[in-house]
Amino acid sequence: MHLTVGPNQFFWKADAWSAFYDQMAAAPVERVVLGELVCSKRLPFYQDRIPGAIETLLEAGKEVAVTSLALVTLKRERKLTAELVEAGVEVEVNDLTMLAYLPKDVPFSVGPLVNVYNEGTLAWLADRGATRICLPPELPLESVTALAAEGAKRGVTVEVWGHGRLPLAISGRCYHARLHKRTKDNCQFACEDDPDGLTVRTLEDQPFLAMNGVQTLSDSCASMANQLEVLNKAGVNALRLSPQTGDFLGVCQAWRDRIDGRIDAAALSDRLETLSGGMRLSDGFLTGARGADWSRAKEGEVA
Amino acid sequence: MEIVCPAGTPASLRAAVKAGAHTVYCGFADETNARNFPGLNFDRDEMREGVKFAHDHGAKVLVAINTYPRAGAEAIWHRAVADAESSGADAVILADLGLLAYAAKHHPGLRRHLSVQAAAANADMLNFYASEFGVKRVVLPRVLSVPEIAAINAETEVETEVFVFGGLCVMAEGRCSLSSYATGLSPNMNGVCSPASHVEYHDDHGALSAKLGGFTIHKVGADEPAPYPTLCKGCFSAGDATGHLFEDPVSLNAEKLIPQLAKAGVTALKIEGRQRSRSYVAQVVRNFRAAVEAQAAGRPMPEGMLAQLTEGQAATAGAYKKTWR
Repeated sequence: MHLTVGPNQFFWKADAWSAFYDQMAAAPVERVVLGELVCSKRLPFYQDRIPGAIETLLEAGKEVAVTSLALVTLKRERKLTAELVEAGVEVEVNDLTMLAYLPKDVPFSVGPLVNVYNEGTLAWLADRGATRICLPPELPLESVTALAAEGAKRGVTVEVWGHGRLPLAISGRCYHARLHKRTKDNCQFACEDDPDGLTVRTLEDQPFLAMNGVQTLSDSCASMANQLEVLNKAGVNALRLSPQTGDFLGVCQAWRDRIDGRIDAAALSDRLETLSGGMRLSDGFLTGARGADWSRAKEGEVA
Repeated sequence: MEIVCPAGTPASLRAAVKAGAHTVYCGFADETNARNFPGLNFDRDEMREGVKFAHDHGAKVLVAINTYPRAGAEAIWHRAVADAESSGADAVILADLGLLAYAAKHHPGLRRHLSVQAAAANADMLNFYASEFGVKRVVLPRVLSVPEIAAINAETEVETEVFVFGGLCVMAEGRCSLSSYATGLSPNMNGVCSPASHVEYHDDHGALSAKLGGFTIHKVGADEPAPYPTLCKGCFSAGDATGHLFEDPVSLNAEKLIPQLAKAGVTALKIEGRQRSRSYVAQVVRNFRAAVEAQAAGRPMPEGMLAQLTEGQAATAGAYKKTWR
């Protein structure tokens, strides 16, 4: 099982952004995907740091890819997306708009925000040049198993969301701006105050979701900590770890220890809970009754 | 402009056609369409009869096969495309790449529309679907303003269809798993959102709280109207704020924008609501037909005709007005 660090979903200050990727050069992971996934308005604040980060990661022997934006509507966003072809590294397609610009002979990877639900779609993408697909987090184990088998048949590496708040929805509306009674065009970058997203609670004060600008995430931190054997058996090739603040290097190391057999599932879960500041873990999309469920929940706890 | 109307049942289809629908859209009674609700939709015989009725009255029928086929079970969706063609339907409305490729290859004579569930939100993407799969019309996602729709139409030959009335998705359609996070069932996989099977109401000291999959979506006083607990229109708290953080319990009404949408080059206006009664459908259709006739003849738009039909009496023009964002 390989490890991929997915693109940062949040808005971090440029120096924090650079420091994170310097750290990732030393992380025990095979692959790093970087760039702006969620909101094109954030990009000017750190865009000039991207080439340097790519170089540092390549020198450290990582596979590197840049992500395309999750929702492309504006002319400026179309231009940014088209320019990714020139990035010098592989593109991870997270909105099919990218395929309108990618020449047919250029291999690419597909991110979790593209709807790959079945063998026919995987096959079409493979024919078009996809060499790697990170599946949508919503998929149950039966689908993951079928898609991993199809991927193996077609030489496509299949990756699954392994750790981090789940990207549940993307919108034209900015919820951080709405929360501050602003419009998206005058957002004043409210999302920058919440570098891991802002928890959304129910009226019973139960943590439920998290807002991140135009994106809505799960409050829980999805984790495949309890599913490694199952995913190995299903033929999954890689796990995606999604960046968060705090000791993310520790998150990568904990996963490496688990994959290399130094710790068991219980120890990994405990370490991840601590490293994620007590965030609740979930893996219900894969094996539970609903996405928010957690397979290691103790009796009486909210599953 | 063409009025595209929902039909959840054969009776609604006939009501919509009689009320003046140019086109009706409907689906088979299974997980292949995004309104997979109990008691709704068409079996194969009903579809054939519905298409015949519509054609006899000069109307068209579009068949929505717009969920994402389940791995290992694609044959169910393939059969739906074949049966739509043999029923005589005028087009299928598809969202999934694999299913589009299948339909283009095996049913090249069957007209293909791109579902809103594919959330194609810019001209390059529309042109991509046209060149790859021969898509003739795209239903635009509810994230675009009217000037953005005009700009798209200026850059593509593909027809565009936009929602003007009914339920309003706040998120980009087909890219939302909020419902399955709370209930296990989602629009993409199961054709349902915030399903009634997972809704519970509790009397909480005189207040009525509505839960979805165990999560409280809203709470209202005994005398207040209780809207259906659609997840993204729930009442939540974040930071110091409590309220409808994603969207108020409103529905879309863009009737006043018909002239601007016509000017923006939109081909067809779509009404949401295959789950609605036939009398509702007939009333909405009559009003929109009258409005587009007035628009075409250069007469003023009839005003506020549909206010009483909108969900919870509150309506929005949604993303068509840029400040919505």
